[in-house]
Amino acid sequence: MEQNSLININNLVKRFPVGKGEFTALNGIDLTFETGEFAGLVGPSGSGKTTLLNIIGSLDTPSDGSVNVIGQDIANLNIKKAAVLRRQHMGFIFQTYNLLPVYTVYENIEFPLLLLKMSGSDRKKAVMDALDWVGLTDKIKSRPAQLSGGECQRVAIARAMVKKPELVLADEPTANLDAANSHNILKMMAKLNKELKTTFIFATHDDKVIQYLKRKISLEDGKIVNDENVINKGE
Amino acid sequence: MLAIKLAYRNLIGAGLRTWLNVFVLSFIYVLIIWHYGILDGWNEQANKDMKVWEAGNGHYWHQSYDPYDFFTLEESHSQIPEILQKATNEGIVTPILLSQATVYPDGRIQSMLLRGITPDQKVVAIPSAELNVELEEIPAIIGRRMAKSCKLKEGDITTIRWRDVNGTFDATEVKIVKVFNCNVPSVDAGQMYIPIEKLREMMQAPNEATIFVIGADAEMSDSVSGWAYKDYDFLMTEMNEMMKMKKVGGSFFYVILMLLAMLAIFDTQVLSIFKRQKEIGTYIAMGMTRPQVVSLFTVEGAMHAILAVIVGAIYGVPFLLWQMKTGMSMPAGSDDMGIPIAESIFPVYGVGLIVSTMLLVLIITTIVSYLPARKISKMKPTDAIKGKIQ
Ligand SMILES: Nc1ncnc2c1ncn2[C@@H]1O[C@H](COP(=O)(O)OP(=O)(O)OP(=O)(O)O)[C@@H](O)[C@H]1O
Ligand SMILES: [Mg+2]
Repeated sequence: MEQNSLININNLVKRFPVGKGEFTALNGIDLTFETGEFAGLVGPSGSGKTTLLNIIGSLDTPSDGSVNVIGQDIANLNIKKAAVLRRQHMGFIFQTYNLLPVYTVYENIEFPLLLLKMSGSDRKKAVMDALDWVGLTDKIKSRPAQLSGGECQRVAIARAMVKKPELVLADEPTANLDAANSHNILKMMAKLNKELKTTFIFATHDDKVIQYLKRKISLEDGKIVNDENVINKGE
Repeated sequence: MLAIKLAYRNLIGAGLRTWLNVFVLSFIYVLIIWHYGILDGWNEQANKDMKVWEAGNGHYWHQSYDPYDFFTLEESHSQIPEILQKATNEGIVTPILLSQATVYPDGRIQSMLLRGITPDQKVVAIPSAELNVELEEIPAIIGRRMAKSCKLKEGDITTIRWRDVNGTFDATEVKIVKVFNCNVPSVDAGQMYIPIEKLREMMQAPNEATIFVIGADAEMSDSVSGWAYKDYDFLMTEMNEMMKMKKVGGSFFYVILMLLAMLAIFDTQVLSIFKRQKEIGTYIAMGMTRPQVVSLFTVEGAMHAILAVIVGAIYGVPFLLWQMKTGMSMPAGSDDMGIPIAESIFPVYGVGLIVSTMLLVLIITTIVSYLPARKISKMKPTDAIKGKIQ
């Protein structure tokens, strides 16, 4: 085990109780991620992409095996420590954006910084930077309902990136977007990956996303069937 | 602090529903404060009126006197003892002689209590000085309630009938020289006041009295043989009990009002926790702990009560102050269970009343908000993010 990697996964098994029995969603996963990766979990529906991403994100726990993320053992992390891990080191991007509907764009992006108890002036600067990255400086006062899907996802990216986390986990970030918007946000994320060395892990079956990946991990029935570095569109 | 800031954003963002709940709550605040203010003001005024018109600073009762049993009246008067005579001369007490009698206004029969009072007394507020007139008939004064029920007015002459100490009936004419205004029903309804010396003659009970009223500002509590000392508090027990009943009756109404408001907030909370699962999942994904999310939702609910204070103050303070200044006018001559009632009641708002009302509403709202929010701590974040919990 190279403990100095960003993420170390060893023989991960995840079983879900289904009726009286169990369903094995992940079966013997071994994976390592280094800082600065732009990787994707790809595979058909039901192959276990979201499940794996959730465990890496400490939103779920392994049934078996060990998962080490940024120095924390996910299997033995209590709820509070898991929350702190996510708060300090991770950003999430969801298929359905999950913006807070009553907050403005600015307030949505500011939210993770409030949790970190960052001072007002630092917060303001960080939010303005993040708005700049995603090109939404002019929508600062809008609410999510007034934005297009692409704009919403850009706000979500800014929200995930504003605290400059080590790791961003994105589950199907383009599933609700058209091609132009998909390419737009992928370019943005690729650029942030390059400039800030943030590690991105995607779960997707969208070819447009796959084009941008530097590493493609293929899952099938809870197993890794292929793991390759690829020459991608970004380069 | 964070929870308060976020809760405030969420609450304001939620718009109409928030303001509806807030308005109902603010209404409860204002209504409770106003109503209890009226009751307290009424109580204060009633106590004052009782003191100056009837109770004074206590009474001496003839040992056989029982205000609830008119048949005792025949036995419950006797010679004034020396110590009370002395106090009378000093203006500390004033004697009152009671006799059951009948009045015949317009040929109708109405029983009443005849009260002999010293015209020159200054111990109680009854305008007995009006009895200082030389007339063919016996001068009498009555209150406006009595005047109304007997259809008598100033200047009217009417026949009264009574029994003397030997049990013999006799009758005479009285002239109403004054109809006075008094808020204390027991001083007014069914009572007629004539000079005590006249009543003593009529009853053949020279130098006798039934009760003595101690002046409101005087102090006297010596024990006098044959006479029972009744202190002010004793004389007020009945009225205070009735006031308490009124307050309890009022609280019942507020319990129901509160229940309705709490139901609305509970419902809002349950609904919002159900509708906002994805939001809850997002909070957790962004690194909020579940107790933090629970407290966020609890504060959000409880904040209704705080916003209600502000909204209530906007229309409540002017209203309450206006009521304090102009008073609430009561229907003329209204008799409420015998509690003295003025034409206008001026509410009194104590700090205790205001603070305790706000605290009570805040605490109940917080509990009602917390109960549904507890459910959040059992949610699985992965399910919540997808918003699929039923
Ligand atoms: N909470 C759960 N309880 C029971 N089974 C579950 C649960 N979560 C996921 N599964 C099962 O685990 C398997 C993997 O699910 P997962 O959501 O990881 O798939 P996925 O690769 O993300 O698919 P998709 O592309 O459709 O999002 C599926 O068969 C799913 O039914
Ligand atoms: Mg999935």
